[in-house]
Amino acid sequence: MSLLTVRDLVVRFDTHHGPVHAVDGVSFDLNEGETLGIVGESGSGKSVTSLAVLGLVPRPPGVIGTGSSIRFRGRELLGLETSELRRIRGAEISMIFQDPMTSLNPLLTVGRQLTEVLEVHRGTSRREARERSARGLGDVGIPGPEAALDSYPHELSGGMRQRVMIAMALLLEPAILFADEPTTALDVTIQAQILELMRDMQRRHGMSIVFITHDLGVVAGTTDRMLVLYAGRVAESASTRALFAQPAHPYTRGLLASVPTLNGDPDAPLSSIPGSPPLGGGGGEACAFAPRCPLVQARCRNEQPPLVAGRAEHVAACFEADFTEAAR
Amino acid sequence: MSTPLLAVERLEKHFRTGRADLSGRKRGLLRAVDGVSFTLERGESLGLVGESGCGKSTTARTIIGLQKATAGSVRFDGVELTSLSRRGWQPYRRRMQMIFQDPYASLDPRQTVGSILTEPLTIHRVGKPRDRRLRALSLLDAVGLDPRHLFRYPHEFSGGQRQRIGIARALALEPELLLCDEPVSALDVSIQAQIVNLLKELQERFGLAYLFISHDLSIVRHLCPRVAVMYLGRIVESGPRASLYADPGHPYTQALLSAVPVPDPAREAERRRQVLGGDVPHPSAPPPGCAFHPRCPRLALEPPGAGATACRSEPPPLAERGADRRWSCHLV
Repeated sequence: MSLLTVRDLVVRFDTHHGPVHAVDGVSFDLNEGETLGIVGESGSGKSVTSLAVLGLVPRPPGVIGTGSSIRFRGRELLGLETSELRRIRGAEISMIFQDPMTSLNPLLTVGRQLTEVLEVHRGTSRREARERSARGLGDVGIPGPEAALDSYPHELSGGMRQRVMIAMALLLEPAILFADEPTTALDVTIQAQILELMRDMQRRHGMSIVFITHDLGVVAGTTDRMLVLYAGRVAESASTRALFAQPAHPYTRGLLASVPTLNGDPDAPLSSIPGSPPLGGGGGEACAFAPRCPLVQARCRNEQPPLVAGRAEHVAACFEADFTEAAR
Repeated sequence: MSTPLLAVERLEKHFRTGRADLSGRKRGLLRAVDGVSFTLERGESLGLVGESGCGKSTTARTIIGLQKATAGSVRFDGVELTSLSRRGWQPYRRRMQMIFQDPYASLDPRQTVGSILTEPLTIHRVGKPRDRRLRALSLLDAVGLDPRHLFRYPHEFSGGQRQRIGIARALALEPELLLCDEPVSALDVSIQAQIVNLLKELQERFGLAYLFISHDLSIVRHLCPRVAVMYLGRIVESGPRASLYADPGHPYTQALLSAVPVPDPAREAERRRQVLGGDVPHPSAPPPGCAFHPRCPRLALEPPGAGATACRSEPPPLAERGADRRWSCHLV
């Protein structure tokens, strides 16, 4: 059953330079226990999508489209009172961010920040909150959790801070965890630790995870299904295996081909996509990828391609979408 | 044998830390670079790989004279650089240039691209103003930008284009050596590939030597036939790309390679990951013996004995292992 249903999400920011369509009609479902990867480059709308689900888009300047809908367990989240939303956020849907240094309060001890979550949401007593927080830190592999409770964020390494964030996000056993580039600021060996920890936490708690990242290597090993965003729209969506094996959209194909790997001919030039992603989001009448697309046709410049279905829940927004294996 | 373009020998860069007077803490010593040696031939590229705090950037900044070396030697085309005066440095500054990670922070927002590109020529008194402008145009062309871009400001460009401007500026004085400090890590995937290809093309065209600093093993593999891996201020392994990636000798290199996520779900599902425990220790308090020993999976499997004792007490030398390979490990 679908735990989270997002339909036609539109998020616009009104700026001095005119409106920016950060998210321009994104729809997806998240099933129970599933890990969904949302992949895109800068300006693709991947982070704004997750902020919108959590009700964290600043308004103004942000405007959510009137036809948009975000339902959690069947209940519409858009238009909820702030107090209602607060009850869901953190307890049912929680989030971890890229930079654990700026998302932890530098003036409070780790323990205070963890216990506060339990006291506010559950009315737990201080003593019990402290015990449960220590257990939470132990679960995410922090050595000496009791001592860690009394430390300040700056006393911990980047990897340890991200563990604290994960412990905090899981404290209330949420149904959904949004992870926005959770390992991008970390070193490779620490990234490997955190990814392993997230897999382990999911096995134990059975929550659904939405993994937001630009790193195709990270989604390949962690997600069941993927959404590729470009300029605020879904370019392609499929199971992770199908998407890597038979990418149908020319953008996905270009993206996969431009990732340098540890195998393959190191002397051959990397395949690349010419130009750069648009800065102002989507919103036009044309396909936003048309200026960089190797398969561009005349109609791509005047018409938004709709999402067309291939097979087995594999969709791509392209007039030239090719769902055959030979396409890659 | 001809003189290598760059010969770095037992280079050390230490920083004093802490303030004895205010905090009461003892003054510490941070050994950011702790005895690094390598050579680089003309037209060659060497990849310097490691995680944050391993000293790879400090190595580059010390080589190019942005920081004074604590000890050791840096010879460029046979000339010792570490003892040069400011004026003595001047002719060598032209011959080696640096490209930085952040294309947003390394360009002056108030200068036009034209003035950014002609500034090094003005400082070094190369040519007349007219020649300098022509040179700026040919630089733009070399890095794949448009002549009209000469009159624009950095904020009008995307990250990838800004990195192209940074590369053009570095090439203005026709250097022989480029020190590239994480030049593509701030860029989007589709743009990274463009810049990697551009760097390769420029190297062939101008016969440049690169010292390429990166935490990304896959990128380094595409640019550098020779690779050195750093951990806590020291090179722990070096060798030709093909054999080092296929058969890493140092347990840290092995772990680093195994930690790189593979963009292929089928292979990710079946491959065995070796996840290192713990954090990189702080360089102000490196562990005794081999600096890697507290995290070392090889030591964890080693029965107690002479080898295991050495790991905890004696730093292993960067020993020759044949076929141009070196690594520093007591346990083979």
